[in-house]
Amino acid sequence: MKVFSPILPILVLSIASLSAADWLQFRGPNASSLSPETGLPRQLDASHLAWKVSLPGRGVSSPLIVGDRIYLTASSGPEQDRLHLICLRASDGSTVWERQFWATGRTMTHPKICVATCTPCSDGKHLFAAFSSNDVVCVDLEGQLVWMRGLTRDYPNASNSLGMASSPILAGDTLVFPVENDSESFTVGLNVQDGSNRWKIERPKVSNWSSPVVVTPERGQPLVALMSVSGISFVEPATGRERVVFGEGGSTVSSVTAVEGMLFVPSKGTTALRLVSDQEPPAVLWQSPQLIHSTVSPVVLKDRVYALNNAGILKCSAAKDGSRLWQLRTTGPYSATPVGAGDFLYLLNEKGLLQAVDPTAPEGAVASTLDLQDTFIATPSIGAKGLYLRSDKFLYCIKAR
Amino acid sequence: MISRILLLTSALVILHPCLAQSLVEPIEAVLKVGPEAAHHREAAAAVTTLSQAPASELPRLLGAMNQANDLAANYLRSAVESVLDRSFASQKTLPLGEIRDFLLETRNAPRARRLAYEILQRVIPEDAARMLPGFANDPSAELRYDAVELQIRSAETFKSGGQSAEAVRTFQSALNSARNPKQIDQIASELRSLGVEVDLPTHFGFLTHWQVIGPFDNTRLEGFERVEPPEKEIDLAAEYDGKSGKVRWTAVNTGQEHGKVDLNPVLGESKEVTAYATTVFQSPIDGPAEIRLGCKNGWKVWWNGKFLFGRDEYHRGARIDQYRLPIQLQKGANVLLLKVCQNADVKDWTREWEFQLRVCDSSGTAILATDRPPTPKAAPRSPGKSRSKKD
Repeated sequence: MKVFSPILPILVLSIASLSAADWLQFRGPNASSLSPETGLPRQLDASHLAWKVSLPGRGVSSPLIVGDRIYLTASSGPEQDRLHLICLRASDGSTVWERQFWATGRTMTHPKICVATCTPCSDGKHLFAAFSSNDVVCVDLEGQLVWMRGLTRDYPNASNSLGMASSPILAGDTLVFPVENDSESFTVGLNVQDGSNRWKIERPKVSNWSSPVVVTPERGQPLVALMSVSGISFVEPATGRERVVFGEGGSTVSSVTAVEGMLFVPSKGTTALRLVSDQEPPAVLWQSPQLIHSTVSPVVLKDRVYALNNAGILKCSAAKDGSRLWQLRTTGPYSATPVGAGDFLYLLNEKGLLQAVDPTAPEGAVASTLDLQDTFIATPSIGAKGLYLRSDKFLYCIKAR
Repeated sequence: MISRILLLTSALVILHPCLAQSLVEPIEAVLKVGPEAAHHREAAAAVTTLSQAPASELPRLLGAMNQANDLAANYLRSAVESVLDRSFASQKTLPLGEIRDFLLETRNAPRARRLAYEILQRVIPEDAARMLPGFANDPSAELRYDAVELQIRSAETFKSGGQSAEAVRTFQSALNSARNPKQIDQIASELRSLGVEVDLPTHFGFLTHWQVIGPFDNTRLEGFERVEPPEKEIDLAAEYDGKSGKVRWTAVNTGQEHGKVDLNPVLGESKEVTAYATTVFQSPIDGPAEIRLGCKNGWKVWWNGKFLFGRDEYHRGARIDQYRLPIQLQKGANVLLLKVCQNADVKDWTREWEFQLRVCDSSGTAILATDRPPTPKAAPRSPGKSRSKKD
């Protein structure tokens, strides 16, 4: 581990700063994977499965939670060209409404994922759903269509035969959606009102499945962090203009986690950055080659950063300097990023084993498990007093009795 | 609740003229939706209006899809679903007779007809189930798919019951109707298990006989854009400078199940290279058609000398019908030229340098050349010794 800066920021990393229990985007509030929700079960058993409902199609996207409703996407049909938006009641999983659209772009993906892999996002009034076909749909929370874009329709070489997976995010009134691939590679900022391009910037011609995040420097305006293999480009949300760059590499699978001016980047293991302003490149605080994330993204809970590799080793380090604290063997393999509420982390492996991890134990501990015996690739979501787990065919709600 | 919704025959549907007229402008607004959010705001307002239409207007909304591009069709679909939601919630009657008529008119847009079918399926599932077998040769890919599934299930029942002759007859009927590659492969496998030969390259319409030339240079992937002599002229007797010496056109054919043409054994397995493949397609008809290509290498396609499309993605996967390129067939000779590019990656899964290409109509039905030769038995045939994959 290499420490670059003698002056480290004081970390006050608390989920108390999160404003709401809604889960409005991939990895929830501030893309932190953490929820302010309380009362989730820690000693898991079968009685905590409140309900399980079948879904009309496949999906690797995470559910969103807005108030007492759940919104998620799915894809179906022999060609996976049916795009579903579904609204369910959090109380019992019953369907409130469903809308379907026909894909306008290519629908080929790797069999492990599907056309409904990008997690939608919401401003609390609208749902913005993107799909691997590069179709982007905006509906209000009652399912009324506002607009639809077909980005492969508009830009015909924008696609990835393995599938697209980056999730869109909202930055002010701009919807940022990366369409980064080996051919016609770009990221767009769409006007949320009508889906028109506010900006469209060329991006490296490299397949990229990582998702952007909004970061707020200690001084200056929020920026959107776009990570690719060469590093991170920090762009203005309204214009797409690049303000600063981190050029020391990045992941094309996992995503950045930003916590109060610090960025935890899945690059060279983990690289911690401090973004002081929107005028100067981020400072490298530390790097830890051992803190490897495989396909999942970093999680920062309290003053610790967690990395989960595909073999199931959960590594815990101090967020301030990357120093190793402990590592815990859990049961993998994983595609889903861990999520947290209170002091606990919840890990969901690809075979459906949900593991409640107590990271406050001296060496960390798997406090309990619940085996759902299903295939899970999607990252769980937390809200409406429950933990929502989306498998390839079902949505599960886990909550306290 | 749904079962209580009454079937309203088409004879009973009489639109109020003012009501019908009120949908003209919003439908026109939706039909204008275009690239890069063109007319989106007007369309959004129009969809809000259309979503409030009475259930009696559903056939009209479905019919509007006949004039809609793929984006506008989605706007209309959204309005149809909103109308349905309100109708079901308030137990309004649906014009099921008109919706059925719309479904049965095969000149209507295939996706709109499928939506009409699903409305009937939701309200009168028994009637919809009775109609389904009749869609085995339907222009709608999804209606056809479901009807073929029925045939497959039926044939499997015959087979498991020891009724081999009936099983073969039913599987063959299913194969004649099937256009979905997975269904076709499944049926072919079943027929072969019953001792029946199946010529899949012909069923799909894969082009099996080609002339190929290469390798040309693709160092740093620059060959994708570089214009080599075959892009200027197709002279099968010509000789050109290739990447490692003179290159000439070589005949190659394939009997591979899915029409794959493997360039490695023909041109020598190497990296950072390009090659060209050409063939003449003797079309039985004039009219619109599609080239459907599967290729995990970079590629470009020209049809009768006109560039159609190119894609510089390497080794992210390939499948049958991966790319659909609209073409205009002219009766008689049509010249097809394909460029296939290989990158520098040396990982084991990046060795393939191949393609599969067929000519068909928009439903995926093969269009066979008038001079189509018999499908080769062995594939691929190579004039030279194939290099080992371990080389």
